Amino acid sequence: MRLEGRGQIDRDHPVRFTFDGRVIDAFRGDTVASALMANDIRVVGRSFKYHRPRGLYSAGSDEPNALVTTGRGRDALPNVRATMQEVWEGLDVTSQNRWPSLTRDVGAINDLFSPFLAAGFYYKTFMWPRAFWERVYEPLIRRAAGLGRLSGEAARDASEKAFAHCDVLVIGSGPAGLMAALTAARAGADVILAEEDSHMGGRLLSETDTIGGLSGPQWVGSVLNELTALPNVRVMERTTVTGAYDQGTYGALERVSLHRPPGRAPRECFWRIAATRTILAAGALERGVAFPGNDRPGVMLASALRTYVNRWGVAPGQSAVVWGNTDTAHRTARDLASAGIHVAAVIDARADATTTGDWPFYPGGEVLSTQGRLGLKGLQVRHGRREFTVWTDCLAVSGGWNPSVHLASHIGSRPVWRDDIQAFVAGPEPVPGMDVAGAANGIFDTAGCLADGLRAGNVAVQAIGLETHSPDLPDAEATPYAITPLWEVEGKGRAWLDLQNDVTTKDVRLAAQENFRSPEHMKRYTTQGMSPDQGKGSNVTALAVLAAATGATVAATGTTTYRPPFVPVTISAMGAGAKGKGFAPERFTPAHAAAVELGAPMIEAGLWYRPSFFPLSGERVWRESCDREVRMVRESVGVTEVSTLGKIEVMGPDAGTFLDVVYTNTMSSLAVGKVRYGLMLREDGHVMDDGTVARLSEDRFVLTTTTAAAAEVMRHLDFVAQGLRPGLNLRTVSVTEQWAQFAVAGPRSEALVRSILDDPAAGVLPFMGCTEASISGTGVRVFRISFSGEKGYEIAIPSDRGEALWRLLLAHARMLGGGPYGLEALNVLRIEKGFLTHAEMNGRSTAFDLGLQGMMSAKKDFIGKALAARPGLLGETREQLVGLRPVGAARMLTAGAYLFGEGAAATREAQQGFTTSVAWSPTLDTFLGLAFLVNGRARHGERLRMVDHMRNVEALVEVGPPCAFDPDGGRMRG
Amino acid sequence: MRLTCPHCGERDLREFAARGSAVVLSRPSAGASAEEWADYLHIRDNPAGEARDLFYHTPCGLWIEVTRSTITHAVIAARPVREAKP
Amino acid sequence: MAELIARTPAHADLPQPVEIGRTRIAEVVLGPVTWIAPFDGQEKAVTAALRAAAGVAFPKPGQVTRKGSVRALSVGPGQALLIGATVTPDGAATTDQSAAWCALSLSGEDACAVLARLTPLDLRPSAFALHRTARTMVGHMTASLTRTSENTYEIIVFRSMAHTLVHDLTRAMRHVAVRAAL
Repeated sequence: MRLEGRGQIDRDHPVRFTFDGRVIDAFRGDTVASALMANDIRVVGRSFKYHRPRGLYSAGSDEPNALVTTGRGRDALPNVRATMQEVWEGLDVTSQNRWPSLTRDVGAINDLFSPFLAAGFYYKTFMWPRAFWERVYEPLIRRAAGLGRLSGEAARDASEKAFAHCDVLVIGSGPAGLMAALTAARAGADVILAEEDSHMGGRLLSETDTIGGLSGPQWVGSVLNELTALPNVRVMERTTVTGAYDQGTYGALERVSLHRPPGRAPRECFWRIAATRTILAAGALERGVAFPGNDRPGVMLASALRTYVNRWGVAPGQSAVVWGNTDTAHRTARDLASAGIHVAAVIDARADATTTGDWPFYPGGEVLSTQGRLGLKGLQVRHGRREFTVWTDCLAVSGGWNPSVHLASHIGSRPVWRDDIQAFVAGPEPVPGMDVAGAANGIFDTAGCLADGLRAGNVAVQAIGLETHSPDLPDAEATPYAITPLWEVEGKGRAWLDLQNDVTTKDVRLAAQENFRSPEHMKRYTTQGMSPDQGKGSNVTALAVLAAATGATVAATGTTTYRPPFVPVTISAMGAGAKGKGFAPERFTPAHAAAVELGAPMIEAGLWYRPSFFPLSGERVWRESCDREVRMVRESVGVTEVSTLGKIEVMGPDAGTFLDVVYTNTMSSLAVGKVRYGLMLREDGHVMDDGTVARLSEDRFVLTTTTAAAAEVMRHLDFVAQGLRPGLNLRTVSVTEQWAQFAVAGPRSEALVRSILDDPAAGVLPFMGCTEASISGTGVRVFRISFSGEKGYEIAIPSDRGEALWRLLLAHARMLGGGPYGLEALNVLRIEKGFLTHAEMNGRSTAFDLGLQGMMSAKKDFIGKALAARPGLLGETREQLVGLRPVGAARMLTAGAYLFGEGAAATREAQQGFTTSVAWSPTLDTFLGLAFLVNGRARHGERLRMVDHMRNVEALVEVGPPCAFDPDGGRMRG
Repeated sequence: MRLTCPHCGERDLREFAARGSAVVLSRPSAGASAEEWADYLHIRDNPAGEARDLFYHTPCGLWIEVTRSTITHAVIAARPVREAKP
Repeated sequence: MAELIARTPAHADLPQPVEIGRTRIAEVVLGPVTWIAPFDGQEKAVTAALRAAAGVAFPKPGQVTRKGSVRALSVGPGQALLIGATVTPDGAATTDQSAAWCALSLSGEDACAVLARLTPLDLRPSAFALHRTARTMVGHMTASLTRTSENTYEIIVFRSMAHTLVHDLTRAMRHVAVRAAL
């Protein structure tokens, strides 16, 4: 129900939203939780395992029960905590884990079977038959249990990621956080103040105390006014710091626009914050008490009830009982009474406690059980030897406070137990650069928190080398904290610990009994703390129950490991911007648009896009285009873009010596104006990459790499130059982007090249020669090299004129009966010649395997030399590169198929090799394949079975040399 | 995690590529035994404490040797491999 | 003789400046760009040669040296891009990079907020002052980032990635603009 005249909601702005289709009236400033309470909706969710009706338990991100789904379809967000979701006009909220409705849920039948569903039940029951694991048991269990469901539709990529840097990151904006931020800000530090809530202030928004004569919200407002006016402060509300990482890195999730109707704004933003110093002022989380029937809707944390009453002006009922073990209970009773709610009883676990209010008071008493079906109706109370029933709608319970040490424990530090406050606190500097202040540091009075925030602020200021300018501390509440342990009340009926995962005290005791006695084992056995809330409200209580069951102290029992994230983080926030075009950069070549213009389908090659073929009208399938392009290159002339090849210049007096280290063959002896094919190995003796090396001048070489290995080769060259041969005087630089490069191949290639060069004579180059020349006045580099087996050139021109040169080359090629060819034809041409790509240089193959052992110089050391010669990398046991042709009735070959002896069974054990590349050769009118075959070079002429189990293709093949066309290379040299 | 590139300054981990132990700077000379090569390529200490690892600062191309603690993750030093003593 | 028309890297993706909210991106035509890396022991000689020919010193790490329309950008250990003039000093490895890079300027009140969505670099003035340059990441791309005025940054990436740079920047610009309007 709504309480008149209380709360910080904006009563001039009504907001309507729906909950399970029912229209709910709320006000701006409400959360879904406060609005449901205002509308007397008590059951807000069904529990995970037993489908128990559950009500609001907390008022923050630790809420275990009120998980709801917002939105529909692709915009649906499951497991949203109703306590964190602000209302907006038209918000669509649905409850979870119930059918057909929250109040009449068929799944609740599970509850009747609860005696059989204890911890470990699934493991013990659904063991066999094994075949049922995936097909029967899992779907069954998944349907019955669970929280929110995913829509199954791809989410919109509607979030963003961002980076921030600061001197001081303050986490939490209660009294300690605000004072710390103010202290650091006044000293001139760059401050980020991150607050999970929609509003700054922490508990100050929920309590009725005054600070420096102002109400909590007023004082918060005055501090915020100062902070937001400072240029060195960034105030981030709705931002949960989710994880602490090394060297002052923090992850934080900002709910950017989830509190508004969907629009174009990002929904969430995932921040990476790098902070020199951090002040963890995340406050403390109140914990409940495990007693029979403590999950009844209407039982809630005392601090949460005060928040609902004081901040939102709502109450769960007409009367309430308050039960606790600190002065929190009395504070709650006072606030309730002043709001006009009948205080039916105050029960204080401390036998020596006194009270000032006019209500039934039971020092040393306890609650034994609860009554009611879908909501609390009454309590069984024991006081002294007397047991009696108190009729009430609501029980506000407080078992003490757990400092929020989560972030302090994310990189290895373990919290330490303090008997005086019956809670775990962080150790000293638990995270390098982090200080813990206020309630998170075990200080529970407002004055103490303010002072501790000031202290932490000054520590941070000094650590970053600034002068301190301490603000004055305002007067504030300073009640000493006195607590008596109150963990559980044993009795008939289930006493719940983890409300989200339906874990009871009995489950924890069963774990201990079955020898799962360490907290980590107990956690896995019972699932305590493994739900979306990660046991925020229940873990410490569960540890106390475990300690009692094992006869140890809580201090000795210790905690489980705290890990990020502090709250659930949507995958769509972590992966924001990484779908579609944001997944990886798209690299387009200089002639990209011109190739697209010709209708060429583009194929991804690493990050690059390359044309696969250039269809002519009338060609229906790619093979027709590809075959035509292959014939064109073999018969006249073809042009293709090879700008994607890596190009690296190596310069300096020691450039040649350096290249001798990284290539297997000798490069220092290469003459100026000449090109040499080169092979690079990894140090383990396997092939890294191949390419050409051209010597443009005495101290300038230009290397090409394959498209795929360009970045790896650059990194490798840098490593060798800096780490292995630092004494050599040379410089390397990638020039891939500077030069657009085009291959011109075919019997008429020389005619074409000569027709476009300013000085046609420059086109008369010997095979493996190179020169600088010009085209229409632009300087170009011409290389006489071939990847097609035909007479061929590659022409490099500065990229800005790449498209223009492409158009010029095509125009001239067409005059000679030629035209463009794509990646498919390029691949066929090289397979006909037995030339290599990374299908053959697959990371496992050696120069020996590829038949290139002759390229390994015996006269010098080079990377990979020693290991390439080791036993096992040479000899007849190796799979060696061979060529294949079909010789049986089946004429098709496939890549990735396995090779077997002609009559042998196609089994793994009988496998003798595999195909790496195949193509239809229009030149030779047959399929051709390249393959690795055990001792292959000695088996030319042999017949084998090729079996592709995946595609169900089989063929009889004959082994031959890798090169199937023009083996002497006469055409290429010609 | 943040590392300091001696050329560029302190940067986020995502700017770096890791390459494991700095042992690879001590390449055996030509003619070394098979055992020396096996140690160099395959055998690694797994220290609890100080370790020397190589990182490549991708944007600037500098290879650096980082001395760090495998226990606390503290970064103790970072220098160009050019200046590192094997 | 056929004329070979030169294209700027972003001619298709950013034919004219784009303004979204309080930020604007425009292609920067760099003109001649030479990559310069002095050989061992030649740093002083190269600086002297650069000063004589173009009026700028070889830049120290993170530095931009400037004289009129000529600038030298530090782009790595012992490496610089000389922009706006062509000088190939003795004692240095040099190579033409005039067509290798796509340069965009990002300007406006929210420029820093837009960049903070793409780069892990600390952009606070204390860490990245006016006329400082850094090799870093912008989205998934390696980039040179230079602060050319209070609210203007120049972003240089591989030429082939012009499309992605424009895509990433405009997405971030839209987000920042919508946020500012919330």
